[in-house]
Amino acid sequence: MAHAARGKLVAVIGDEDTCTGFLLGGIGEMNKARKPNFMVVEKDTSVHDIEERFNAFLNRSDIAIILINQNYAELIRHAIDNHSKPIPAILEIPSKDCPYDPNKDSILRRAKGMFSAEDFR
Amino acid sequence: MKARLKGAEKGHSLLKKKADALTLRFRQILKKIIETKSLMGEVMKNASLSLAETKFAMGDFSHNVLQNVTKAQTKVRSRKDNVAGVTLPVFEHFTDGADTYELTGLSRGGQQLDKVKKNFAKAVELMVELASLQTSFVTLDEVIKITNRRVNAIEYVIIPRISNTIADIISELDEMEREEFYRLKKIQEKKKIARAKAELRVKEAGMEHDDAGNLIDDDIDEDLLFDS
Repeated sequence: MAHAARGKLVAVIGDEDTCTGFLLGGIGEMNKARKPNFMVVEKDTSVHDIEERFNAFLNRSDIAIILINQNYAELIRHAIDNHSKPIPAILEIPSKDCPYDPNKDSILRRAKGMFSAEDFR
Repeated sequence: MKARLKGAEKGHSLLKKKADALTLRFRQILKKIIETKSLMGEVMKNASLSLAETKFAMGDFSHNVLQNVTKAQTKVRSRKDNVAGVTLPVFEHFTDGADTYELTGLSRGGQQLDKVKKNFAKAVELMVELASLQTSFVTLDEVIKITNRRVNAIEYVIIPRISNTIADIISELDEMEREEFYRLKKIQEKKKIARAKAELRVKEAGMEHDDAGNLIDDDIDEDLLFDS
């Protein structure tokens, strides 16, 4: 494949440790407007701010994947459920103080509904 | 009309095949997603653990990291995969550019930091894989729904409609044939009666004629008039 100079980015919304980790993993980028592709959620960050930033990430064309801590995903669940397009893909990841709960995941819930519907048939 | 029915049936079976193929793929992806999700929990746990270790070794460095963001080293590029005429985006991660955090942890905790980097790079890799699975999942879900809708529409609406029309036409034709047949019979009957009548009259006339007997005897020779 030809060298694609214009790859897409991975965005992160998460607590400080998650962001730090993924930035060390090498996904961080500051664009020309000095807008980062990650968001550190502090204790005093409001839900509204998270949602706003999440929507901003959704509308950026250079972001292909959005990683979000599950506890924050839970706060803006309606926004995530509203997003039906395949790109960008939203991934809920476990954070360090909340273990991963598959029952809350939007996609897995859908998958589960699918399975029961399929079995029902 | 028959040709149309045949076409509809063919389309139906084709679409059904497509739906089956998609569902097959869909199940595979679903299975993979569930596997990868549980794997992700494991990997994230490792990564967080090593991050905590590093913090212990070199103090809080997260501000340093968060502030020094410049260019992404790991990016994603998407590729298209084709399943039964459906294009599925597949993400691939690739690295280019220099490591921004080359010098972080130079003074202390370098080894730990390296470990963290490796662990999180692995996590990113997994995430990208999971993301592409998830995207395929969503896309396929949509397409399967549409295909099933089409299959059902053909099966329950279009085919019955066409076959209804065909049945209608056939019954109409049958009726017409019966009518025609009846009409023919009727005409035959009428003709028979008319013929019988004519014959009778002929006979009567003949009788009279016979009665008259001799042509030469008779003075008066009446004209024979047959009216049918």
